[in-house]
Order: sequence, then structure tokens, then C-alpha cells
Amino acid sequence: MWDYVKLVVLGLVAVLAAIAANRALDPAYLVNAIVIMLAAAATFIVVARGMYEPKVVASANEYNDGVVRAGVIATAFWGVVGFLVGDFIAFQLAFPSLNIPGVEGILNFGRLRPLHTSAVIFAFGGNALIMSAFYIVQRTCATRLWGGNLGWFVFWGWQLMIVLAATSYILGGTQGKEYAETVWYIDLWIAVVWVAFLLTFMGTLIKRKEPHIYVANWFLLSMILTVAMLHIVNNLAIPVSIFSSKSVSAFSGVQDAMTQWWYGHNAVGFFLTAGFLGMMYYFVPKQAERPVYSYKLSIIHFWALIFLYIWAGPHHLHFTALPDWAQTLGMVFSIMLWMPSWGGMINGLMTLSGAWDKLRTDPVIRMMVVSIGFYGMSTFEGPMMSIKAVNSLSHYTDWTIGHVHSGALGWNGMITFGALYFLVPRLWNRDGLYSLRLVSWHFWLATIGIVLYAASMWVTGIMEGLMWREVDANGFLVNAFADTVAAKFPMYVVRAVGGQLFVIGALIMCYNLWMTVRAQPSRAAQPAAVPAE
Amino acid sequence: MDTYSFLRQLADSWVLILMTVLFVAIVLFAYRPGSRKLQDDAANSIFRNERRPAPDLAEPARNKKEA
Repeated sequence: MWDYVKLVVLGLVAVLAAIAANRALDPAYLVNAIVIMLAAAATFIVVARGMYEPKVVASANEYNDGVVRAGVIATAFWGVVGFLVGDFIAFQLAFPSLNIPGVEGILNFGRLRPLHTSAVIFAFGGNALIMSAFYIVQRTCATRLWGGNLGWFVFWGWQLMIVLAATSYILGGTQGKEYAETVWYIDLWIAVVWVAFLLTFMGTLIKRKEPHIYVANWFLLSMILTVAMLHIVNNLAIPVSIFSSKSVSAFSGVQDAMTQWWYGHNAVGFFLTAGFLGMMYYFVPKQAERPVYSYKLSIIHFWALIFLYIWAGPHHLHFTALPDWAQTLGMVFSIMLWMPSWGGMINGLMTLSGAWDKLRTDPVIRMMVVSIGFYGMSTFEGPMMSIKAVNSLSHYTDWTIGHVHSGALGWNGMITFGALYFLVPRLWNRDGLYSLRLVSWHFWLATIGIVLYAASMWVTGIMEGLMWREVDANGFLVNAFADTVAAKFPMYVVRAVGGQLFVIGALIMCYNLWMTVRAQPSRAAQPAAVPAE
Repeated sequence: MDTYSFLRQLADSWVLILMTVLFVAIVLFAYRPGSRKLQDDAANSIFRNERRPAPDLAEPARNKKEA
């Protein structure tokens, strides 16, 4: 019966999407409608073929690891795609001739840039968060994922969102809001998938068999809840037509800007910080085989982040039409954030106390430690840049880009790589990784790549900031904008090369993980009475 | 008084006090006597149940044998 309902709904969606494609008012909408039609038709076939197969009842005595395995593959895949696009646009900035004639308006910098940011944040980071949330919540609640196949809906729904967003960006579908470029119907779909994610996670927490909810789950839950709130409020908009991707924001002027950066900064604060801290609080103690240094500190870290982060957004709007008091508020809360961030960093690093020798022998733990180091570094740099006096030099320069990437490549990237190296042997039941030497190669390539990236962006950012404000004896500006662009060329090349090292490292990781699954012997079967650890 | 001014004054007086008190209370709660044992147990919970879910019956000495 349930299968018939699914077939009817999927069939209707496919037909309606076909009608919508026929009536589409712009190319992004047209292509998205076709993608939805194809996705609905493919799902229809899968459901129809499975209808008369005997239903396999999932054992409550096993974890749902299939969806985590799919998440691992998706994380690695989208990671490489996002890094490649990023490196390509870095070369486009250095060599504008790479904005290839003939595909201008599709593959030029302006279209590829949101593709890169969304691919790394939402496709790579999002898949990393979803798969590690599913892995961690099952282990720490000692119970199977709640909701049956709802976890699979979350996984496939998220992949569909990624494909829709990517195809819409290059065809010009955008809301013009940074990190919230996805157009209105994709926003609706994200809300549906995200609520399903919340239900799966909450359901598992509610039926847990451990008395306490482990702190990693607090961070992950706060990430899911806050992102839901931010996403829905920031994307309140009225479409100009149901057959168009264009919409008009419910806010206007400085209110719109403030809502956007309330969203934007907390996308950093909750998606890329709280969520990944949830990963840190699980994977680092597991890999080090020691409990977290101080559980009390982790509780304080959590609540301090929750109380402070939500107020930091206005520092993106220094010296704008935003009221002065709001700018100062954003600056003060950003500076206060330094303390909980470093508390968390110390907690992560000190988890290794008494096991520092593992840094020599285990490149995976080295990766995690460096990621915590970058977390500490970028959470020091960020508050500093939010100070108005510093911001007057740094804002709109490449320093900001460097800051974002030391956080994103160093902290989010490295902790995710560590998690992937941790998970693959366990999920595929393999006896350790294929090659630790390749992990070391990945580690050094990525680290040197990030250092080149961050250092070149500091140089070019401070240089252009100083060039923009330089005035002569009569008070006239000395440099034209084009002068700074010309002066930045060598640093742009260094940045692109650094990014290339990072991409190569990620490719080595993919090979290593692939060979781990293919070539490593299975882990010896454990006798039933003796648990794994 | 218009809504903006009212909310603005409310935010930087009573709500600010409320949030500060709430935060301090949470921190003190983490340090309450007897919390250490529970926290140590929670910190070590990640080393249990790695391979499969805990059995259904709530054993009195939970997961002792799985230490």
C-alpha cells in the first residue's frame, strides 16, 4: 500500500516537473525542472522494481551503516569536485584568459565562484556533517538510527539539492546572497530535507540506551536546529512566478543585509564550527583512544559558543548603514568568542596529553591535531579582524579570503580527512588503512598548500588594503583599483599553486581509501562475547 | 515608545541580565558536587557499543562487561 502511495506521488512529481519545464521562464528553472523530473522518474523505477521483492527487515541489533558508507563516498567525491572548481577559479583570477570565450556566462568566475563555495560548504561539508552525525549518534546512543529509511531520504535528498544548486548557479539562478545563493524552490527542498535530518537525529537521541547525551551530539543538534532557523528566516522570499527561479526577498535595505549576515556568520558558526566540533569531540578521543581532556570544559565550551556566536554577524557590516551600536555589538561578541574557541582548542589538543608519541606514529592523529591548530588560529584571526580599526584595513581585501580558507581548508578540511581515514576501515570492516605513508603525503601536501594559501593572502590582503587607503600630500588617492589588481598577480599564482597541492592531497586520499576497501584484508571476526574495544 | 526603542531597551537591560544569569547558572551546574562521576562516565561512553547497539534490556550494571 505504502509503495503505491510513493509511486503515485513520484509519478505526479515527474509529470508536474515536465509541465514546469515546458513553461519555464528562465534557463536555470528549465534545467532544474528537468533534473527533478529525471530524479522522480529514477526513484519511481527503483520503487516499482522493489515492490515485489521480499522486504528485508532491518535488525534493531545492528547499526545503519549503509547510509554512513554512502555519506563517506559522497564526502570524498564532492570534496574533490569542490576543491577542483576552487583551484580553477583561483587560476582564473591570476590568468583572466581562463574565462574561456564561448562559455562565458556559464564557466566564468562569477558563475563558478558560488558553485565552489556551495560545493565545499554544503556538498563536502554538508555530507561530512550528515554522515558523521549519523555515525556518532548511533554509537553514542547505542541504538540504531531512528526512522527506518528516513536517513536514506536525507542522503539522497541532499545529493539532489547539490545537483540542483550546481546546475542552477552556472545558468544564472541565484538570490545574490552569499552562501544562500540557492533559489526559492531549492530553499524549500533544503528545508524539507533538513527537517527530515532533524527528525532522524532527534528520534535516535530519544530512543537512546545511554543515560547521558554525549557532548558531540549537543554540538551536532545545535548545528541542525540553528541552521534550520537561519535558513528559513534568511530565505523568506516571494517568487515572481511559480515558473521562474527569481524571487524577491521579504526584507529590504539594511534589514536584508543584517538578516543575510546573521545567517552568513552563523552558517560559519554553526555549520562549519559547531557541527565540526561535534566531529572533533568524537573522532579525536576515539583516534587517540583516550577520553576527552575535560568533559566540564566541553560543556562550558558548548554553552559559551551558543550564547555568543549568534550575535557576531554584524561584524560583516562594519562602516555600512547598519546602526553603530549594532556594529559595536557584533565586534564585542566576536572578541568574546575568542575565549570559548580557545577553550575548545585546548580541550581538543590536551586530549592527547600522555599520548603525544602518537603524533610520531599516527599520521591520522597528526591531521586531527593540525586541524585543531587551524581552528585555534582562525578563531584568533577572526576576532582580531572584527575589530573596527583592523577591519577598516582588512575588509573587502584578500585577507578575508585567506582567513576563510585557513578555517575551511585547515580546520574543516583536515578534521574531515581525519574522520574519513578513521571511518573507512571501520565501515568496510578492513584491517587498517592501505597505506600510512600516503596519509603522510596527504598531510604534508595539504599543510604546505594551506600555508602557501594563507601566507600569500595575508601579503596581498594587507598590501591592497594599504594601497586603497594611500593618499598623497593633497589628499588624493594614489592608486587606482587596477593598480592593486596588477600588484596582486604573483600572490595569486602562489595561492593557486597552494590550492593545487591541496587538491593533489585529496586525490591521494581518495586513492588510499579506495585501496583500503579493495585491497586490505577483512578485519578478523570478533568472537561474539568479546566486544570490539 | 515605538517598538524598536522598546525592544532595544529590553534587550540591553532585562534580557541581557537574564542571559548572563542563565549562562552563569549553566556553568555552575556543570561544577555541581557529584557531577564528576557522571561526566567521566559520559566521556568514556564513546568507547562502548562500537560494533552494535546495546542489548534491549536495561541491565543494572550497564555495559560493565563492555568496559
